[in-house]
Amino acid sequence: MPRIASARELELLREGQRSRRDAKRSREAWIAICAGTGCLALGAKKVIDAFRAELRRRDLAAEIVLKETGCPGFCEKGPIVVVYPEGVHYLKVDPKDVSQIVEETVLKGRLIDRLLYVDPVTGEKDVHEEEIPFYKHQTRILINNNIKINPKNIDDYIAEGGYGALARALSSMTPQEVIEEVKSSGLRGRGGGGFPTGLKWEAAREAEGSPKYVIVNCDEGDPGAFMDRALMEGNPHSVLEGLMIGGYAIGSEEGFIYVRAEYPLAVENARTAIAQARERGLLGEDILGSGFNFEVRLHRGAGAFVSGESTALMNALEGKVGEPKPKYVHTSERGLWSRPSLLNNVETWANIPVIINRGALWFSSIGTEGSKGTKIFSLVGKVNNTGLVEVPMGMTLREIIFDIGGGIPGGKRVKGVQTGGPSGGIIPEGHLDTPVDFDELTRLGSMMGSGSIIVLDEDTCAVDLARYFVDFLCDESCGKCVPCREGLLQMRNILGEIVAGRGKGEDLDALVDIASLMKAASLCALGRTAANPALSTIRHFRDEYLAHIEDQRCPAMVCEGLISYFIRPDLCIACGLCEKNCPAEAISEEEGVGGEKSFMVIDQSRCTRCGICFHVCPSKVMAVARTSGRSAPQQVP
Amino acid sequence: MDAVDLVKVDEIIERYRGQEGFLIQLLLDLQGELNWIPRDLIDYLSERSGVPRSQIYRIASFYKAINLSPVGRHMIHVCMGTACQVRGAQKVLDYTASKLSIKPEETTPDQAFTLRKVNCLGCCSMGPVMTVDGEYHGGVTLEAAEKALKDLR
Repeated sequence: MPRIASARELELLREGQRSRRDAKRSREAWIAICAGTGCLALGAKKVIDAFRAELRRRDLAAEIVLKETGCPGFCEKGPIVVVYPEGVHYLKVDPKDVSQIVEETVLKGRLIDRLLYVDPVTGEKDVHEEEIPFYKHQTRILINNNIKINPKNIDDYIAEGGYGALARALSSMTPQEVIEEVKSSGLRGRGGGGFPTGLKWEAAREAEGSPKYVIVNCDEGDPGAFMDRALMEGNPHSVLEGLMIGGYAIGSEEGFIYVRAEYPLAVENARTAIAQARERGLLGEDILGSGFNFEVRLHRGAGAFVSGESTALMNALEGKVGEPKPKYVHTSERGLWSRPSLLNNVETWANIPVIINRGALWFSSIGTEGSKGTKIFSLVGKVNNTGLVEVPMGMTLREIIFDIGGGIPGGKRVKGVQTGGPSGGIIPEGHLDTPVDFDELTRLGSMMGSGSIIVLDEDTCAVDLARYFVDFLCDESCGKCVPCREGLLQMRNILGEIVAGRGKGEDLDALVDIASLMKAASLCALGRTAANPALSTIRHFRDEYLAHIEDQRCPAMVCEGLISYFIRPDLCIACGLCEKNCPAEAISEEEGVGGEKSFMVIDQSRCTRCGICFHVCPSKVMAVARTSGRSAPQQVP
Repeated sequence: MDAVDLVKVDEIIERYRGQEGFLIQLLLDLQGELNWIPRDLIDYLSERSGVPRSQIYRIASFYKAINLSPVGRHMIHVCMGTACQVRGAQKVLDYTASKLSIKPEETTPDQAFTLRKVNCLGCCSMGPVMTVDGEYHGGVTLEAAEKALKDLR
């Protein structure tokens, strides 16, 4: 791979790549297959292998490009295959479909109906990205390239305009001008806090001391969010380019990319991207002939949620335990190895090349008054079209869930959405018309966080969900400061009693008390926001707490301690599945008397209420029933 | 540790010679090779690198990805992220544990399986998710979890 020595050479390479690609494409189709973790989990590897074998068998391997790309976001329908130049979208592709796709679509240009998207309302079939509702209502400026680029090939990124923003910044903008551009774009940090990015950059530039460091935070710990994984896996060069521009702007020659241990493919693709950029001379000395030097190191996390906090992450980079430090002095002044350090989240960095290329004015025309640009959300939970969606700031939750997400499965009612992860809260159904931006979500007692939108239906218990988050944080609190360590423990105890049906009248007040103390006195944001899930559910779902405390009833039928299971003799076919699977050996067969059929019976004194019988009972039978707030009916007289 | 291990261990230590903040990366690499970090390896590391044993142990015990006890031949992770949670991950975990007759975070007595909870694997679209020896399974039902275990037996 030859070195690119100047902005001019970069342009020449880009043109060369494009004309070679276009020349090839005008004759032949090419095939893109999502090779992100999501599609791989659904069997994309087998589909890719099948395509390779099929193209070899037909002696087409040299003519038709098969591209393993990043994640376009529609994970629900994976594995995803797109046949270009037409851009035909095939969903849920199986290795068995491959031969037909090559024969019909690639060679003859015909559509295969059964693999197209079917609109659940009209029954119509959609062929292209711009027709499929999931994509149609999005504004895709960050993840649009994922399906076109092989993330392991830097030239693919360059062909799509990559490193043009870096060339522009280095050749025609001063560092101050870059910072001004970022400031006037109105970009705010996508990692959770929403701090104005330009101001952070300016502080790091003005801070005294050297060397300075720039850092990518890809420790995406928020359970339910995966946009950073998709960007780092699918388009790592866009993040790297942003980081390099940041380095130039604040006067840093050394960058770090911190990727969490749970994302092995992101680690691999980031590592490849760094190596290829180095080979191309885009990292190293005198980049593009500008005199700017820059190097990047990759650091793997080792599994600790709190390490995503900026000061903790810097500790981890130093090889220490990833615990937070007090922020009397901002990390922009004294961060990594006590030097000025600029840390931004993956999605924030990926926005930078876009801002430099298209200008702050264009960028700030998207979004709301206080929140500019687009945001990638992970739309997951009880929603039909799960996946990553990129929309302008200010779109309402209802539009996201129903227009893009296609509504709730099984015709159930939406109960609310959880945003902001363990630091966020639950927003009830009545507020779904709220435009989503940093400020509106905070006003509702939740927060933007990294952008997870977890849709909850009537089968989700608000109290149990609050308990889940407190449990999660209890395990993840580093234990360094007392309010967080002890506060979470007490909250866990209280919520544990409530879901077990032993709640007391004063529990809610106690929870609110502990929460206010933790908010005021914790060392880092983990502790300061840890009570939000409990507080927001107490605020919006007080009735549900009271049902647990006063009636020992879980309206959503979730809390094990408050549910009794029983088997309806009229429906039971005595197949014995429940008996076989019951870990407590609480189920036995009751012989039918007088010609009646046999049926299964649960011994309530042995039942641990694990619910496995309920889940294993065949869906055609559904003889296992449950009740809450009162005891199960006597099965055998 | 036998002599063969030590050659490999020395080779990995060499990778980080002269670098600042190497300890976590070093432990991850060593674990990639050995699957866990035995106690005498910590002693050896300390001798070779001059980092106090207490410091190495503190790092190794803080981070979840580092195993300080041997793990089974097959590693099972059940994702407990929020998206998986609301789609029934707890049931998948309980069921898998009951099938293996161990608790989460334990290893079966025959050293065949280790069962772990993991906070989020970033496959939130297809929850509940579990990984078996690094291979992802999406939309896991109780039957699918049982089948994944049977396939390994």
